[in-house]
Amino acid sequence: MAETSIATTPPPDTLLEVVGLSKSFGGRRGRTSGIRAVADVDLTLRRGETLGLVGESGCGKSTLSRLILSLLEPDAGQVRIAGIDFTHAPERHRRELRRRIQVVFQDALSSLNPRMTIGANIAEPMRLQGLGSAALRRTEARRLLGLVGLRPEHEDRYPHEFSGGQCQRIAIARALMLQPEIIVFDEAVSALDVSIRAQILRLILDLQRQFGLSYIFISHDLGVIKRICDRIAVMYLGQIVEIGPAETVCRAPRHPYTAALLRAIPIADPRRMRVSDLGQIEGDAVGAVKPDACPFAPRCPKQFDPCDKRRPALIDVAPGHQAACHLNEPEAC
Amino acid sequence: MSAPASLVVTDLRTRFGSDRVGATVVDGVTFTLLPGRTTALVGESGCGKSATALSLMRLIDKPGRIIGGSVTLNGRDLLGLSESEMEQVRGAAIGMIFQDPLTSLNPALTIGQQIVETLQAHRPMSRADADRTAIDLLTRVGVTDAARRIGDYPHHFSGGMRQRVLIAAAISCSPSVIIADEPTTALDVTVQAKILRLLHDLQGAMGASLLLITHDLGVVASMADEVLVMYAGRIVERADVDTLFHDPRHPYTKALLACVAGIEDDRSVPLEPIGGSAPDLWNPPVGCRFAPRCPVVQDVCRSQDQPLRRISAEHEAACILVEEDRMHG
Amino acid sequence: MSTLDTSTSIDAARADRGSSRARFWRMKSFARDRGAVVSATLLAAVVLAVVLAPTLAGVGPDDADNLARYAPMGTAGHLLGTDQQGRDMLARLLFGGRVSLLIGVVPTVIAGMIGLGLGLMAGYWRGLVDQIIMRCLDVVFAFPMVLLAIAIAGSMRPGVLTEVIAITVVLIPYFARLARTATEGIVPMPFIEAARAAGGTRLTIMLRYVLPNVFSPVVVYATTLMGLMIVVGSGLSFIGLGVQPPTADWGAMVAEGRVVLRRAPHVTILPGCAILLVSLAFNFLGDGIRDALDPRTIRR
Ligand SMILES: Nc1ncnc2c1ncn2[C@@H]1O[C@H](COP(=O)(O)OP(=O)(O)OP(=O)(O)O)[C@@H](O)[C@H]1O
Ligand SMILES: Nc1ncnc2c1ncn2[C@@H]1O[C@H](COP(=O)(O)OP(=O)(O)OP(=O)(O)O)[C@@H](O)[C@H]1O
Ligand SMILES: [Mg+2]
Ligand SMILES: [Mg+2]
Repeated sequence: MAETSIATTPPPDTLLEVVGLSKSFGGRRGRTSGIRAVADVDLTLRRGETLGLVGESGCGKSTLSRLILSLLEPDAGQVRIAGIDFTHAPERHRRELRRRIQVVFQDALSSLNPRMTIGANIAEPMRLQGLGSAALRRTEARRLLGLVGLRPEHEDRYPHEFSGGQCQRIAIARALMLQPEIIVFDEAVSALDVSIRAQILRLILDLQRQFGLSYIFISHDLGVIKRICDRIAVMYLGQIVEIGPAETVCRAPRHPYTAALLRAIPIADPRRMRVSDLGQIEGDAVGAVKPDACPFAPRCPKQFDPCDKRRPALIDVAPGHQAACHLNEPEAC
Repeated sequence: MSAPASLVVTDLRTRFGSDRVGATVVDGVTFTLLPGRTTALVGESGCGKSATALSLMRLIDKPGRIIGGSVTLNGRDLLGLSESEMEQVRGAAIGMIFQDPLTSLNPALTIGQQIVETLQAHRPMSRADADRTAIDLLTRVGVTDAARRIGDYPHHFSGGMRQRVLIAAAISCSPSVIIADEPTTALDVTVQAKILRLLHDLQGAMGASLLLITHDLGVVASMADEVLVMYAGRIVERADVDTLFHDPRHPYTKALLACVAGIEDDRSVPLEPIGGSAPDLWNPPVGCRFAPRCPVVQDVCRSQDQPLRRISAEHEAACILVEEDRMHG
Repeated sequence: MSTLDTSTSIDAARADRGSSRARFWRMKSFARDRGAVVSATLLAAVVLAVVLAPTLAGVGPDDADNLARYAPMGTAGHLLGTDQQGRDMLARLLFGGRVSLLIGVVPTVIAGMIGLGLGLMAGYWRGLVDQIIMRCLDVVFAFPMVLLAIAIAGSMRPGVLTEVIAITVVLIPYFARLARTATEGIVPMPFIEAARAAGGTRLTIMLRYVLPNVFSPVVVYATTLMGLMIVVGSGLSFIGLGVQPPTADWGAMVAEGRVVLRRAPHVTILPGCAILLVSLAFNFLGDGIRDALDPRTIRR
């Protein structure tokens, strides 16, 4: 895999580049206006970096990860892994590239083959890639089972015999099987209790430190995101509305949607917060956005004049920190 | 709408496998759900929370079975009902939100059909009325453009949207008991806030009781009146929410609370899981099941089961230290 | 299940035992399914009996004993009695069973395999492949089943082979439809996507992931059809397109016995019962196979 593209490769340690990815789901045939699940997204991921991806339910996070993994054909744009075009690579080449990027799907139980034992499920990626002997794959699967806190001797059981959190850990073990360079975690720790979650997060941080892995970490738990991510990208209706260093985004968000998210986090202390104190955003995300308005405008508490006339661009608000809100424009102040 | 009811669970035991080799994953669980109150059930992954919830609904699949105890809804013994009587209870009197949305939805039915089916199973209702109710329910759980999306199939929905479909189906018949197994795991915090408030309001309006299973201690703190802590198939602590967070007595509860990572914590705080690993339920340790991992373990703990001990009317913990604390003052 | 052997040193030794162990549980689960075991035993006995027909029957199926017409069951020398021409019922049942089982099983199995393949391709590849396969099958589908069988059989020389071919052709679209629907239900499942993400090729995914999930409904469907096909085959014989008299299958025996139903009910009832029993046994067997194939219903 020595070939490199001559494209404008930004910093040399960039591992994954996402350029102008878009995807609509057409609904019924003959109608062009479907759901714009992902709209013109640009991203980069450096070697050894963790990028957090947060956003409203249904805003297109899983679709974006499917596009990145080349499981869906994008309407436009491409994904490059170490400079190689993953999206348009021929099938055989793409299959090889898949070894470098793995995923933990959101619905853990249904992402496991119900007719295979969990040992076979975990070993499956290697088998599909035609790597290793059966014995080696099995030893490795057992090792990974232990690593995610399950009992290797349970390898002969079937997925339905495990609890939600156990299935999630099986799915994580499977993603580690091919020793990829990039792993996309789609809500991969949501069904784990705080203790096992800490154990799993520690595991993936250790792996990152040892092997320089890069992660895209989709989660609704901002506590976890802030804890393990270097940068955070906030999505709203298919677009990235804010992206920047984790610490800064959480401390001083520059987009009202990010701010609303931070207000809605429940705190583990009944004296400080009950249901009625949870911040809410009024209204619901509208399906069809006016093309020349800010998608968040209808619900934005700080909406002002230009918001439904011009769509805000993603502009630099600080070094390495960008946001798409008119409030950040110089003339707004 | 059914009248407010209380669900009493006594010494419930559920087992997978045979009598000789198997795992009793719900092992003598006792609790009461009162009208208008939220009871949270928390515990380690795989400790039997979902199994408890499924047992209440009598939905344990074949190789597993309920081997003891009783579940009564307003004095009516649910474990003694025939299967067809139980079908009338499910969905109508008790609504359940399952943990795994995709496997709980029928892939061959549209989103609308799934909800309409529940509605029509329990109430005579015209198709048009049922459709309208379904759209209304979906809108209430925050599904955008519900009227159009009602014809989509489950795999056209995002994870969080599927979860909200299940919530809509569960509350569709205004049940008097709602069992919610991790209802907000796939929801971002703003939608989560909306759903939690919806459940809270429903509860206020109808006096429903809510059993909330969740790993998010923030959700527990904001929603629960009472909290049950489960470990390896058993309830190890029961307390009102304030006491649980501020005066936990069982070492497992303490350890669990110590693992919480808040938004205020920064990266220098180490991630500390509880040491050791969860016991194998197929081969449970003798005595207190937390003993092998307990920082304050005593010799008796390794040989004798520790029953729940009363601390106050609202607070119980299954730990020998409760006894010692009492003796020392 | 022992939990003591956690050491990894024995891993390699155990490495290839996974699938055989799974197979063991499958067999064991099947063995505990009483309906399936009884059915399998019954079918095995029936097959053995028809294979050994010449030995067991003693007389030929067409040897008419004019002195013993209408003999009731239990008559000495004619254990199951005789029919209106004095032919031994036991012999006729055994020899007729050869034809009936053949007509019931062979076309269903062949059509099941072809239909499974076509439906799988149509449902998995969609697009043009789907269009071509399904439109072609729709043409076949458009004719009533029996009429089509008659048309096909009528264009060839009457005989068992003709019957088998006719019924096979007629059944293929039914199986293809079923397989296609089942495939469409499986393909959007996340575990298929997971296999793609791991680098599974389309062919591997189709054969390793989709096929096993589509196989079960096809087996169940096939076993329900087997009984029905015994009857359809008789219908073809009856109108002179299948096996020719005096060779009779069970269905033809029922039809012939009709006229003497009052006088000698056993002539009708015996082959009728044979059809019923064998059909039921196939049904139970199909359910048993399905359950044994699905880990969610395996009983440990
Ligand atoms: N195969 C599909 N066909 C049609 N619409 C789809 C399909 N997949 C996703 N969508 C739609 O695209 C939008 C984005 O979905 P996606 O799964 O990416 O959301 P998400 O951000 O992952 O949400 P969540 O946090 O709830 O999982 C949703 O409105 C969803 O209904
Ligand atoms: N069908 C089954 N056969 C055998 N064991 C099972 C089966 N279903 C669940 N178990 C076991 O029962 C135990 C309890 O499972 P349960 O689903 O109740 O856990 P849980 O507390 O809900 O965990 P989580 O938080 O991870 O969802 C687990 O250890 C699991 O392995
Ligand atoms: Mg998603
Ligand atoms: Mg669970």
